[in-house]
Amino acid sequence: MKQVLIILLFFYHHGVFGGIVEICKDCDVNDVSKAISVANECDTLILLGGKYYSEPILVDKSLVIIGKLGSEIVSASGLQIITVVADYVSFSGVKFSGVKTNYLKENAAIRIKQGKYFEIENNIFEDCFFSIYLEKSKYGIIRNNQINGSATTEAESGNGIHAWYSSHLTIESNRITHQRDGIYFEFVDNSLIINNISIRNIRYGLHFMFSNDDEYRNNVFEGNGVGVAVMFSKKIKMIDNAFIKNWGTSAYGLLLKEINDAEIINNLFDDNTIGIFVEGSNRINYIYNTFSSNGWAFKFSGGCDSNDITDNNFVNNSLDMMVSSSIQNNVIRGNYWSEYTGYDLNKDGVGDVPYYPVKLYSYILDQVPESIVLMRSMFVDLVNYSEKVSPVFTPKDVIDNSPKMSLVND
Amino acid sequence: MNSVLKYSFYEMIRSRWLFIYTGFYLLVSVALIMLSGDSTKVLISLSNITLGITPMVGILFGTNYYYNSREFIQLLLCQPISRWKIFSAFYMGLAIALCLSIIVGIGLPLTFMGIFKSGNVSLFFILIAMACMLSIIFSLLAFLIAVKFDNKVKGLSIAVLLWLFFAIIYDGLVLLTLLVLKDYPLDKLTISLMLANPIDLARILILLKLDISAMMGYTGAVLSKFIGKSLGSLLIALSLLLWTLIPMGILRKILNSKDF
Repeated sequence: MKQVLIILLFFYHHGVFGGIVEICKDCDVNDVSKAISVANECDTLILLGGKYYSEPILVDKSLVIIGKLGSEIVSASGLQIITVVADYVSFSGVKFSGVKTNYLKENAAIRIKQGKYFEIENNIFEDCFFSIYLEKSKYGIIRNNQINGSATTEAESGNGIHAWYSSHLTIESNRITHQRDGIYFEFVDNSLIINNISIRNIRYGLHFMFSNDDEYRNNVFEGNGVGVAVMFSKKIKMIDNAFIKNWGTSAYGLLLKEINDAEIINNLFDDNTIGIFVEGSNRINYIYNTFSSNGWAFKFSGGCDSNDITDNNFVNNSLDMMVSSSIQNNVIRGNYWSEYTGYDLNKDGVGDVPYYPVKLYSYILDQVPESIVLMRSMFVDLVNYSEKVSPVFTPKDVIDNSPKMSLVND
Repeated sequence: MNSVLKYSFYEMIRSRWLFIYTGFYLLVSVALIMLSGDSTKVLISLSNITLGITPMVGILFGTNYYYNSREFIQLLLCQPISRWKIFSAFYMGLAIALCLSIIVGIGLPLTFMGIFKSGNVSLFFILIAMACMLSIIFSLLAFLIAVKFDNKVKGLSIAVLLWLFFAIIYDGLVLLTLLVLKDYPLDKLTISLMLANPIDLARILILLKLDISAMMGYTGAVLSKFIGKSLGSLLIALSLLLWTLIPMGILRKILNSKDF
């Protein structure tokens, strides 16, 4: 009996039986900071509705914070709302708002500093400068949040979910709009981004810097300045995403800069000014992607080596491909090109004549960007046609020797 | 002058070729609408077709029309009406009829398709306006050629050449110029070169209305900024005005000194 009591006491001390602290306007505890000061480790704080104007809150204990009945925490002074410096902290069902733009400090609705095993779930972030800011944090889950910023210019806006020096994060099913970057990763490894919707952000829908071994899957990036930018990163997997309507004078669906060993599989690039822009990126596999109605489907800048472009669909793009330098060791094969006019005599589904994806006009465009004014003119059609019949200027090694006759279905 | 204009207009709209021309536009528009219900796509395809066809039809139809009614014009010249009035009435009859067939051929099917309820109304109006403008300019050039050269074969071949020049060769020359001068800032030069050719001007105005403008990058930005500004619109209007006024002046000069 005594032993059992000791064990129970041990559990109690270590917070297995967490208490509940309720917060409401008429309760003894009518303020989140006060609740945190009276709470023990591993307690649950429940907000019972209402709007709480709050000064910056420091969460230094492992707590579960739950908002009920539309509870809202508003930053009273426009500064950061919550700073977490403990592990095992969870937020759910709370609405955060009122974090104002600050040019000196990156204030956020929730900032997690060196925390582990946190959960941010089912919250709403309205008009916050930065919404969720993770620094040196690990093993966290951010799920089902609604993040609506009010960004107008790049200089005075912050990111939706900003992670710095973190790892093992899961970012799932969030909806992020009108921030600077929807999701921003800097030095973040081994993380998964899945089922998110990132639309109409000023700069990038998703942004990787110096992040390795991450995966993003099944996300939608629509109407951002640039859909996704992956820079200086290694071993990123990009699977089943949709890059839609990233349209503007310098808009890309996907921007790859100095990245290596990535897998880009089964994505959809639709209605972007430039589907994928690649610069200095090596050993990347592009497989089963669909490029439709883009201005340029693929734009290769210099320094790309050993890339493999296989089994993709290129449908109704104004220009399929643009290559600045020679193609080097990159392989293009087995793709479907809607502009392909060859034939297939032995009916094996593979065209008998090679396809040259770089048109003379796109080659000229690369030399003289101003010649874009001649687009859709009869002269350009004529020039493209004559070049197609007998290639003289366009690079001969940019070639698909086995173009598919019909759309590739994986 | 009015009765001459009336005569030439009625003769035009009774002509078989004008019916075929209108019917062609009707057919193409209806076919495009049936093929894709998307009004943007229909307008893009239509703009490609009209930019190629209207100048050609304008210039060929115009020269042909003059040669065919030359004898009647000569008969009218015996009457106490000024030469300028007779010719401008004939020209206006032709131009109005051509514009009418564009408005009927493209406007009617698209109106029935519900273009006014879609977001492409401005593109639609620009397309119609540009097609009419090209018809007006190129039928004027046609009259100029036909009056200048009495030989029908010579006149027609020059008309074809002129069309070829504006539709294709000019763009080639522009491209060559740009390639030669590529080390220099080219945006102003490009814009002025585009202003000088009515077909290019029409194409650019339509392109800028389309989403494609975003593809045009820096040049596109400069262009749309230029066209959006009052100075740009003024220059465009001026360029179009010059394209009608200068040929008219030349026509008048030829008419005054020509021995019929």
